Amino acid sequence: MNQSEILPNLFRTEYSKIISVLCKQFGFYQIEIAEDITSETFLTASQVWGIQGTPENPAAWLYVVAKNKAKNLIHRDSILKKKILPHYKRESFVSDLELDLSEENIRDSQLRMIFAVSHPSIPIESQIGLSLRILCGFGIDEIARAFLSNKETINKRLLRAKNKLRKNNVSLDFPSSLELEERLSSVLRTIYLLFNEGYCSQTQDSILRKELCLEAIRLCSFLLENKNTNTAEVNALLSLLCFHISRFDARLGGEGEIILYADQNRKLWNQEFIKKGEYFFSQANLEPKFSKYHLEAAIAFWHTRTEETEKKWESIFQLYTGLLELESSPLILLNRAYALFKVKGRDVAIKELKSLDLKTNPYYFFLLGELYSEFEPEKANRYYQKAIEFANTELDKLVIRRRMKC
Amino acid sequence: MEEYLILMRLDILTKEAQPSPEQLQVYMLQYQEWINGIMAEKKFKSGTALSTEGRVIQSDFIITDGPYVETKESLAGFIIIYAKDFDDAAKIAKKCPILMGAGNSVEVRKVIGIHKED
Repeated sequence: MNQSEILPNLFRTEYSKIISVLCKQFGFYQIEIAEDITSETFLTASQVWGIQGTPENPAAWLYVVAKNKAKNLIHRDSILKKKILPHYKRESFVSDLELDLSEENIRDSQLRMIFAVSHPSIPIESQIGLSLRILCGFGIDEIARAFLSNKETINKRLLRAKNKLRKNNVSLDFPSSLELEERLSSVLRTIYLLFNEGYCSQTQDSILRKELCLEAIRLCSFLLENKNTNTAEVNALLSLLCFHISRFDARLGGEGEIILYADQNRKLWNQEFIKKGEYFFSQANLEPKFSKYHLEAAIAFWHTRTEETEKKWESIFQLYTGLLELESSPLILLNRAYALFKVKGRDVAIKELKSLDLKTNPYYFFLLGELYSEFEPEKANRYYQKAIEFANTELDKLVIRRRMKC
Repeated sequence: MEEYLILMRLDILTKEAQPSPEQLQVYMLQYQEWINGIMAEKKFKSGTALSTEGRVIQSDFIITDGPYVETKESLAGFIIIYAKDFDDAAKIAKKCPILMGAGNSVEVRKVIGIHKED
């Protein structure tokens, strides 16, 4: 690995491990102390490695330093107490404190941490923020960039979330089997939205966006390593994320604008991720379980097929219809209408679209524009104009304007 | 050439509590560049960083933990360099990256007693 990438890479992989192990040992209510110790460990590393060079086993070096800092903190704390309480006796455990940094304990601590930060008692954007910070080792300013916000707002949001978790006595215990299904679905929703943040966010920094998606995939893969969380639903979600990210590079233009599905360069689709998606999809279908992630994964699977067969769009249409029964959203309705156009043609699709109540949705007008563009360009332009009126971002407007020209 | 000790003092109270991976990367590169610059001039002798924790032994042999959290300046590390004179050594010390942090300081001391006076 390139010398200059070592520290950021370790930050991504080890930050969450160290903080999770510390939290499991000292309790979740000490999360800020755990964060401080971990940040300080990396700060020390940046100084020492800058002067002495990178050690042979950098991860082990970080663990030793974190362990010493934790020990020292407790030790120092006990001395403070000794000053205040004359009769305070130094507890014997202090000097023999051992942090269990075995691979097994690290995994277990991280898994518990995933459940803690995805606790349904805090708002979803806080769950995502905490996941990014604590599980993925993102800096506050990176999170701020991803949420199109500023450092202070993010700091406050995370602080509030941590206080809430403390107040609600959220522990780092693994959820009981009774609770597991509900808690796991909250974890999956966080991962799903974390991915969406990267896949659909308006941040122009495409490296950051892809990073968010990859972190969501990493967290989801992590759940599969434990038998309690290796469920059909988790496999379906991971499969969905793999199928989606396979088209990541093809769907962004040079200016960060979205390239429409039909115009994507299929050579840029990542075959490796498609294969992974297929594998996890088959795993997801080993049990006769069924979830929204199954449906979405199946839709995403069909989108990775390059050949434009009737079966492809017929299947996509059916799957969207199924999804509609689970939840209704403008996006599902519009995508379903597009699939209908592919299967039954323009007239049927236009009729379907006009029956929908989406008169302020830019994509609604955009799709109408698309359907009219070949036959009635003037009418199409009027719809495109409407779409621009309701469009939320300059990039979206740019994409629509480009369609108007042709 | 004489030997000079450059002591780096870090304000551990007001340091950036939550550095991002990119910031850490910049810190590390800044140290490397600083040290490499001194090496390129063949003026580097040795150096090391120090742990943030330590023990303080007082005159009555009572050992306490130190440096204290209350201490604004704690010793982060030192290097020994070769330099013509104090001004030359200070010029090198001035480029130490920790000086970019508010409250931090660098101290330059001449190592005496190793070389005999000419």
